[in-house]
Amino acid sequence: MDSKQAKTIIAKRVAKEFKDGDLINLGIGLPTLVANYVDHDIDVIFQSENGLVGLGGKPEEGKEDMEITNAGGQPVTIKSGGMFFDSAYSFSLIRGGHVAATVLGALQVDEEGNLANGMIPGVMVPGMGGAMDLVTGANRVIIAMTHTAKGKQKILKRCKLPLTAPKQVDLIVTEMGVMEVTDKGILLTEINPEYTVEDVQEATEAKLIISDNLKNMEI
Amino acid sequence: MDKTLSINEAVKLVKNGATVMVGGFLGCGGPNKIMDALSESDVKDLCVIANDTSFENLGLGKLIVEKKVKKVIASHIGTNKETGRQMSEEETEVILVPQGTLAEQVRAGGAGLGGVLTPTGVGTVVEEGKQKIEIDGKTFLLEKPLRADIAIIKGSVVDKKGNVFYDGTTKNFNPLMALAADVVIVETEKLVEVGEIDPNLVMTPGVLVHHIVCTGGNE
Repeated sequence: MDSKQAKTIIAKRVAKEFKDGDLINLGIGLPTLVANYVDHDIDVIFQSENGLVGLGGKPEEGKEDMEITNAGGQPVTIKSGGMFFDSAYSFSLIRGGHVAATVLGALQVDEEGNLANGMIPGVMVPGMGGAMDLVTGANRVIIAMTHTAKGKQKILKRCKLPLTAPKQVDLIVTEMGVMEVTDKGILLTEINPEYTVEDVQEATEAKLIISDNLKNMEI
Repeated sequence: MDKTLSINEAVKLVKNGATVMVGGFLGCGGPNKIMDALSESDVKDLCVIANDTSFENLGLGKLIVEKKVKKVIASHIGTNKETGRQMSEEETEVILVPQGTLAEQVRAGGAGLGGVLTPTGVGTVVEEGKQKIEIDGKTFLLEKPLRADIAIIKGSVVDKKGNVFYDGTTKNFNPLMALAADVVIVETEKLVEVGEIDPNLVMTPGVLVHHIVCTGGNE
């Protein structure tokens, strides 16, 4: 499976986690793709933490308004029924428990639900932006990422990199399967039928708990 | 009272070693023309408080490239490689703050509060050196207020009394910073007569604004 196929599978599966009326914040990169696969029968409202709810698609070429941008500084559109606000209000939505879920990538995630996705000391220190607030404040934290990075395990017993937040991750979706973070560890609930449970365990440092109701991944 | 200033007059108000808040989010809603002029001036040793350090060729980003800044307090510097280089070579001190915390620190500074209690950063490097306070069984960090000698912000439409309307996602940190500095300068491309902005749309009242720099020709 190439990287593009993997990312499509992950984005499609994450999109099934949303419910009608949910306010959702998507991180930059792979998580942004999730918006493309939300069921048309439900109304999901996307937030961009730089100051809007009701995030729409890309503007038509030539119609970009540089006063309507996303958290990556790119021009975007706002849907009817949307709203603009300042940064204090935006993070009140986030920390105040009004965001149903945030979808983010990860460098490392572990069996306690600890997340490292912001920096590699001495190599990459871009600043946390809104990630720490999102992971701390959103009702659910969904990690959308490829299962390994160039063969290196990312789902660990303990994160080694500096944490974005401790014990906040609820769900991990990769191209190999879907995993819930529980009090007892990481529970594999769905598996991509292209892989065996042994394949998934081999790609995972943390000891997986296999659900009694292990299902094929819904894509 | 005529509040209008030329860009050069505004730049002269920024003294060496001053603490300066700069509005904007990756340049959107940033006082980019004043930043251009400031980066070409002789000013030095500034402490800048801003969401991010923009891009190397845009607004506040140029101030970093031209080495006018000795200290940065921001949530994200990843889009400006020069900030990262100056940080790792210890030419510039960089304090990285979660975005929602930064917004609240500025808000607290402008609102006369002694600080804010936030759960963001607990259990991460952000908590180092900070007081932890338990409220009803939940742990919070005490984050102190931030104020500045001068705030330089951007308004989409400003009237001659300094009332400001912010379009789209240009609000971000601007209305918060307008409350949190001893001197407030607003840059705008569109300066209008008093009364032309619907009071319902004014987000920063003119009483907070000391100086207006109009960079458009609509005066």
